Amino acid sequence: MAHLLSDGPTQNAAGRAPGGAGWRSRAFKLLKATTTPLLPEDYVDLFDPLRTSTVLRARVVDIVAETEDAATVVLRPGRTWRGHVPGQYIRIGVDVDGVRMWRAYSVTSGPREDGCIAITIKAITGGAVSTHLVESLKVGQIVQMEQADGAFVLPEVLPHKILLLTGGSGITPVMGILRHAVEDLDDVILLHSAPRPEDVIFADELRELGANDRITLVERHTDEHGLMDTVELEALVPDWRERETWACGPAGMLEMLEGHWQQAGHAHRLHTERFRPALAEPGEGGTVYFTKADREIECDGARPILDIGEEAGVLMPSGCRMGICYGCVLPMREGSVRDLRTGEVTSATPGDGILIQTCISAAAGRCDLVL
Amino acid sequence: MTALQKKEHNPVAHMTPEDIDSLGKELDAVRAEIIDSRGAKDAAYIRRTIDVQRKLELGSRAVLLFSKYKPAFALGTAGLTVSKILENMEIGHNVMHGQWDWMRDPKIHSTTWEWDNASPADLWKHSHNELHHTYTNVLGRDNDLGYGIMRVDEDQPWVPFYLGQPVWNFINACFFEYGIAAYDLELGKYMKGRKDKAVFKRDLGKVGQKVRNQMTRDYVIHPLLAAPTGSWGTTLMANALSNLGRNLWTHSVIMCGHFPEGVETFTKTSIEGESRGEWYLRQMIGSANISGSKAMHIATGNLSYQIEHHLFPDLPSNRYAEISVKVRDICERYGLQYTSGPLPKQVASAWMKVIRLSLPNHIAAKVKFPSRRKPVTPTALPSRRVDTGEVAA
Repeated sequence: MAHLLSDGPTQNAAGRAPGGAGWRSRAFKLLKATTTPLLPEDYVDLFDPLRTSTVLRARVVDIVAETEDAATVVLRPGRTWRGHVPGQYIRIGVDVDGVRMWRAYSVTSGPREDGCIAITIKAITGGAVSTHLVESLKVGQIVQMEQADGAFVLPEVLPHKILLLTGGSGITPVMGILRHAVEDLDDVILLHSAPRPEDVIFADELRELGANDRITLVERHTDEHGLMDTVELEALVPDWRERETWACGPAGMLEMLEGHWQQAGHAHRLHTERFRPALAEPGEGGTVYFTKADREIECDGARPILDIGEEAGVLMPSGCRMGICYGCVLPMREGSVRDLRTGEVTSATPGDGILIQTCISAAAGRCDLVL
Repeated sequence: MTALQKKEHNPVAHMTPEDIDSLGKELDAVRAEIIDSRGAKDAAYIRRTIDVQRKLELGSRAVLLFSKYKPAFALGTAGLTVSKILENMEIGHNVMHGQWDWMRDPKIHSTTWEWDNASPADLWKHSHNELHHTYTNVLGRDNDLGYGIMRVDEDQPWVPFYLGQPVWNFINACFFEYGIAAYDLELGKYMKGRKDKAVFKRDLGKVGQKVRNQMTRDYVIHPLLAAPTGSWGTTLMANALSNLGRNLWTHSVIMCGHFPEGVETFTKTSIEGESRGEWYLRQMIGSANISGSKAMHIATGNLSYQIEHHLFPDLPSNRYAEISVKVRDICERYGLQYTSGPLPKQVASAWMKVIRLSLPNHIAAKVKFPSRRKPVTPTALPSRRVDTGEVAA
């Protein structure tokens, strides 16, 4: 048994196309028959949660404080990790007071021999996940993760002149890029804003790159200089029109930049990255979109989505209709619903699949349900 | 027992609509308190329970590979039985109720869970969560009352078939998981021609596949794995015994939930337009608890807190113990029966009722059956509070 579990053919066979009649697939079938109704990996998880081939997890191997409220977390991803392109982000799932929550963080590590990656997190006031990651995460802990994603990366043919515009924790994907590519880049201006000098994440490393003339570092401190505007940008980087530009930072800053580049007819040369999707404020009622059925229905804020959906002719799963049997749950990909019993609002950010009970949930703004 | 509405002494007659409304609000507050405070500790509890159960199962099955030696046989069988009981009760039943859905962990979620039982999760969730928990103890709506094969109420007409019901009940206990599967399939309804044929065929296919998988695992593969040590026969026996042990145990626990003397039943018409408070009230006086040690509570999946479970079927089972203190207090104040007793007493009580109802009413009336029902005096009923206030003033 122990032999089968530790190096059995489970994982290899699992990845094969169905119908593959090799001995491995037969052995996997046998193993599955041995563990039914669970899967062999459910038992493997008891001893090695990073081995499984169906979900990606990572182990925290190191935590390094960067500033007062930012920390870098070094992760060893599970065996199905496919790697990342510098500048991309990963979604991390952690249990905050027992509830699994997901957020996206840029990979900040440079090339590493040990196969680990690092993300850097700034604790946001009132941010449940970031605060948990910076303050409560422990070395050795397992976190959930997803494969890297995102288009905030350098092109294959590197541009000659580059402008990097960052604000606050917006430095993180840019640091990931610089650590991998700074040797191959000729002319890089990094214009970075942070509230105070001591709030600059990766300050030592960035200042050293600047001192060694690898990059031109322009550091702004908003507590002293205020928020940057387009006039100041023109003054600091007069040749910005000639530069391929990557920008990451607060929504207000990105909107300002996008408007400016658009006006100049250079929108195609500006690449931006947003960490937090613009979340609609939960309201009273809203449009519910059933993604598979491709149907939209208008829901008021006082009645369950289940009732309104059924009245509109949507074939919905249902049960007790009083919130006890969980026969009606559907995954919510995006948006907010309000529990009609408690008034509590549950929100999902794009990519989530939070399961909600439609019989006691009313729309609180627009929401997408998988049905 | 007679449906509450037909009883001479109605145990809830002293309650005004105002009382029932206030009862509902108090119980809603109990619920809100648990929801507000559930968190990392509760999550750790269910993860630890699952971890212990799976390791116990692996360990027991490993020991059974050498089950031709008697100590290994005894140890492995005992371990596997406990593991199967934990898996069905504290883990499977409760996860499928959605008690842990709030953790948003897809691995421990009512929509993804499958259990070690003949009845597939989706069929069981429909008949258990949706029908039994919504229509608890409503005659003709809640099939958990007698599983359609037993006479559970004096008002049900007696036919000679019921003479055998102590035997049917015992057979059902031994093969309980298959009984549940047949019941979730709505076999009785199908035989009376009241169930859609296509749906029945589809469900039958699901049950068939599940039973085949379970049997192959317990009675073919694991015995074969033990064959090299000459332990295949004893391993097969150990699997059969642990399934039997689990079946008898779960049957006993479940019988104690709604069958002992003192538990009320209700007529179909009585639940029309039922308010939240009335629903709570029906769940409270239609269920019975089992008292005992912490280990006993865990082994029953905390269904020993049947009253609390029926009031709040989707709250985490590890919190029922603290909820019970509050519910008991509410029962005292409102003058409601809080039925509870040690396991042997409750099992005996339930069996006595099965035996009594196997006889026609006029014969059963001649035999003395102990009645456990004592009138309960409310200590602080809201509708009477004003009066006492005036006296005090």
